[in-house]
Amino acid sequence: MSSTSYAQVVSADQANNYKETVIELKDVNIRYGSFLAVKDASLSIYQKHVTAFIGPSGCGKSTVLRSINRMNDMIPGSTLKGQVLFNGHDLYEPQVDAVLVRRKIGMVFQKPNPFPKSIYENIAWGARINGFKGDYDELVETSLKGAALWDEVKDKLKQNALRLSGGQQQRLCIARAIAVQPEIILMDEPASALDPIATGRIEELILELKNDYTIIIVTHNMGQASRVSDYTAFFMVDEKRTGYLQEYAQTEQLFLNPQHKKTEEYISGKFG
Amino acid sequence: MDTKFAFGKTNEVNSLMEKRRRNGLVWHLVFILSTSLAILFLILLLFSILDSVFGYTALRDTVSPTVLVPGKDHVKEFTREELERVVTEKLSSGILRRIESEKSISEHSDKELVSLIEQYIVKPKVLKTWGFTDSLFHASEVEAFVAGEEDSYALFRSWIHPSFFVGDQSSDPLHAGIRTALLGSLWIMLITFMFAFPIGVGAAIYLQEYAVDNRLNRVLQLNIFNLSAVPSIIYGLLGLAVFVRSMESVTSGSLFTSLTDNTANGRTILSGGLTLALLVLPIIIINTQEALKAVPDSLRMSSYGIGATKWQTIWYQVLPVSVDRILTGTILALSRALGETAPLVVIGASTFISVDPSGIFSKFTTLPIQIYQWSARPQGAYRNIAAAAIVSLLILLLVMNSAAIYTRDKISKKKRLES
Repeated sequence: MSSTSYAQVVSADQANNYKETVIELKDVNIRYGSFLAVKDASLSIYQKHVTAFIGPSGCGKSTVLRSINRMNDMIPGSTLKGQVLFNGHDLYEPQVDAVLVRRKIGMVFQKPNPFPKSIYENIAWGARINGFKGDYDELVETSLKGAALWDEVKDKLKQNALRLSGGQQQRLCIARAIAVQPEIILMDEPASALDPIATGRIEELILELKNDYTIIIVTHNMGQASRVSDYTAFFMVDEKRTGYLQEYAQTEQLFLNPQHKKTEEYISGKFG
Repeated sequence: MDTKFAFGKTNEVNSLMEKRRRNGLVWHLVFILSTSLAILFLILLLFSILDSVFGYTALRDTVSPTVLVPGKDHVKEFTREELERVVTEKLSSGILRRIESEKSISEHSDKELVSLIEQYIVKPKVLKTWGFTDSLFHASEVEAFVAGEEDSYALFRSWIHPSFFVGDQSSDPLHAGIRTALLGSLWIMLITFMFAFPIGVGAAIYLQEYAVDNRLNRVLQLNIFNLSAVPSIIYGLLGLAVFVRSMESVTSGSLFTSLTDNTANGRTILSGGLTLALLVLPIIIINTQEALKAVPDSLRMSSYGIGATKWQTIWYQVLPVSVDRILTGTILALSRALGETAPLVVIGASTFISVDPSGIFSKFTTLPIQIYQWSARPQGAYRNIAAAAIVSLLILLLVMNSAAIYTRDKISKKKRLES
């Protein structure tokens, strides 16, 4: 009796801790022209978990984030060495279409940037250009509900999205990202331009979204990282202004028991 | 070191403050002065044009109305019967036949008959014209002149009047109109727009959105800036060599049809329109590039972020928010083309044609050429109709620029309100 209960506990525990690697970075070096922005970054991102990237300014955390959906391609002169594996496939193979990558790995930016179109069209456009054939009204509703925005905007879907408040705009951007049904959502400091109440809402939303999506979030706010993330990667910058991954662990462990002195100094606010 | 008095004592601070304030005031006045000077010049320009458009004209009739119908000084006083009689009796048979072939004399209205009689029988000749200010303040001079000339009389005349816009070209300044030149200008604008707009916007999209930042593209960009500053007469020489001479079979239309007027020799609306299209192309490219540059990158990024291709991003996101600026820039570029004279003179626009342009293979003249040609004539009255044509050109430009502003406001208002 007691042995079975022990077995049950163990299996349940295993199920809870079962984690599948969805993104794997292997020795990633990113350059802008001749400037080495990030060196030798290797880490695994786990499915349906929230991973936070923290670190001082210029440590390359946003650069690493943008390399995951090939957004760095947009910056002239940027090159990447190493591998970024998405479900085992290297995203930087020559035959990979960056457009498809971005459709599978969505992005939410620092500054809310809805399209200067109606709320409805903000959601529907991404689906339309990607060939969505279902019911658009339903898609708009589920996406807005998914981003906890439906109740606030359901009566004004035809209104221009730019008339929403900053926090609403950012949730609309999240709704827009989930409307094309990505597997991963990258968030580049999604709350840094928002007030504390709007920030709180975004954080709640992230915790809800992780049931369905893998989320990677760059943040300057240590509290935010500890509140929303399961894993935290701490990036540092060396004297040549090159960023590198200093420490990567479960969030609790990294904050309570940092292995490196730099990590400890950073999370306790000695620099940053 | 004690820095307490490094900014000076209180009275020093105050006197320095006074000096700084005075300095600012002087510059403020300089800027007001330069603005006022600019406005003054504009007013002077407008005034000098309008001054020639209105004023007294001393005329002498070739045949006095009293001779036609005794006791009546003006054709307008003639009765219907007298009008018809004078027309049938006094008009030369050739003109009469031409007029009757359109419609018979009895079907003409009184007003039409009066103008026929004035144009072909009474034939007033202009002796001297006065400007608006002279007419107002030196009316005695006009009276003295009229008194000194036998059979002459003075009329206060507006040289710009409805029939001026629809009238034929004529060797008689009293009856000359700008219809042919106006139509020529509009045709040329149409051709210029059709070629310069798609090519210019296309090139701008390539240079701004696709071209990578390399040496070749930087050289290209620099050259486009330089081209926009090339004197327009050089485009005229280019147009003459390429469109009029080398491509004559195309621009004269002989390649496509044998029905065209082969006296044009490639000096057609098509050649003129293409030459002006070349002229405004760099301007349209630069204006469009500026419009695209003004679109924030965050919009492009958010579009790429949900899996849009480059073309989808440009077509659905970037162009809709920049279309108002692109259109404004294009219309302003076309306004420049509308006022160009030199390149069209070089490629050989007609100076006097009596036939309206009927298509892109027609000979043509344009408003600026008509103005240039009229103002070069020695007789005084031509200066007045040149001024009237200038006013017409300005009105056309004003309409185009207002259209540009209206379109821009309408589109950006639409963008603000919905979708």
